Amino acid sequence: MRYICLIYYDAKKLFDGSAESNAALAECANHDEKLKESGHFVAGEALELPSSAMTVQVRDGKMSSTDGPFMETREMLGGIIAIDARDLNEAARVASTHPLARIGSIEVRPAVDFSTPPPTLDDL
Amino acid sequence: MTEAEARATIEAVYRSEKRRVLATLIRLLGGFEAAEEALHEAFAAAAQRWPVDGVPANPYSWLVSTGRFKTIDRWRRQARLAAAIPDLNALADTTVETVLPETIHDDELRLIFTCCHPALAPDARIALTLREVGGLTTEEIARAYLAPAPTIAQRIVRAKAKIRDEAIPYEVPDRAELPARIESVLKVIYLVFNEGYAATEGPELTRTDLGTEAIRLGRLVVGLLDEPEPIGLLALMLLHESRRTARIDAAGDLVLLENQDRSLWNRDLIAEAFGLVERAFAMRRAGPYLLQAALASVHAGASCIEDTDWAQIVGLYDTLLRVDPSPVASLNRAAAIGMRDGPAAGLAAVEAVLGEGGLDGYHLAYAARADMQRRLKQMEPAKASYRRALELARQPAERRFLEARLAEIEGS
Repeated sequence: MRYICLIYYDAKKLFDGSAESNAALAECANHDEKLKESGHFVAGEALELPSSAMTVQVRDGKMSSTDGPFMETREMLGGIIAIDARDLNEAARVASTHPLARIGSIEVRPAVDFSTPPPTLDDL
Repeated sequence: MTEAEARATIEAVYRSEKRRVLATLIRLLGGFEAAEEALHEAFAAAAQRWPVDGVPANPYSWLVSTGRFKTIDRWRRQARLAAAIPDLNALADTTVETVLPETIHDDELRLIFTCCHPALAPDARIALTLREVGGLTTEEIARAYLAPAPTIAQRIVRAKAKIRDEAIPYEVPDRAELPARIESVLKVIYLVFNEGYAATEGPELTRTDLGTEAIRLGRLVVGLLDEPEPIGLLALMLLHESRRTARIDAAGDLVLLENQDRSLWNRDLIAEAFGLVERAFAMRRAGPYLLQAALASVHAGASCIEDTDWAQIVGLYDTLLRVDPSPVASLNRAAAIGMRDGPAAGLAAVEAVLGEGGLDGYHLAYAARADMQRRLKQMEPAKASYRRALELARQPAERRFLEARLAEIEGS
């Protein structure tokens, strides 16, 4: 199955220049290679800070946009990795090897299998 | 070999060998996490090598040795971890050139005992056993137990953390400890089996898988401990399994034992179970599983409900109640008395059991009373008992059955 690991961190902590943060950042550089070697890697990208982002929406056929997300959360989405894993436990184990798991947190979510019906309101 | 052929071979080997390779790697590497990583790496390596080099003569040995050496390499690279791993050289020196079937078998048994360790929460034992020994995915276990996958995943993660933190060993307990520890293993196996057997909701396929897996585990344990209780549990599961197709009708409703088409019962499974029960009784120590298997085999040996040896059934319940007293067993004994001595004696026995308390919320107690009253033509009390049973029954199939019985006597 395919799982998406959403990597969240607090930028004030990750970029605080401490030895711990710098070590984690340095390890990030070749983490994709490790995942490729173990056969789990599908795709992955690190994200620029939210201040460089734009949010778009379309209502009544008209597109409108705003700068950046303005959520007042301390932890922000900082990267995405798609992996192949046997099940949720294996996906969580693979996610836990990411260096940023030590600084921030990683949400592991199954990718949607479009051969199954979408959720109904009762599932929400 | 074409790439497609190689991939199909690896897929087949994955299905048949994954459990055993994992069990051995857990022993060799000393923990779940390292073993799972090694298993994954071994299969990743197989996907690269086998299309080029061909499939090795013994895929199990190849995978174990590849997984182990990949892990040792990785540990060596991670120099900062090396201090935590005491004896890399000793680990590397161990050879698995000769892999005897007994070794593989032992590794699976070690793993069952770890997964069913009494220090773990009962729910966690089941989830862990199904995933690590049974090879089911977290999502499959979640579907079978109608639970969200993250709930099951969390149980497994916590159980593994506990095994690591409390250093629960990967070993078959020694003779002195074995009887107590095997009890927990048998209980997990029977719960897995019942989950696959009893419930009428949920995807049919996964539930049948649970039954098959429980029987496989039962055989494994009998191989370790040739004692009455493991043998009894295996026989009990085989006897239930033999009735699987007869107990659900075309509409998906439960069919009671007395109404089942006995020609649908699987005679091969019954014959195997008879042999097991006989062998276990020859050991002259009967526990609850063996006695329940004996009860099931009396039914399996009868050509119809009237032909059943009810005297023997009552006798077996008497023994069961001495070994493992429970209100439900008392109720079943009362129902058997009703069949042996007639409804008046049966009703008296059911009333006695109800009088002892403990079954006040149990719908089948009132259904049994209703049945005796109906057979005695006490229609008004029978109606009241069916109504009480209906108030308590939850399962749709059971409710439909009780409603039909009630409608039948209200119509007469």
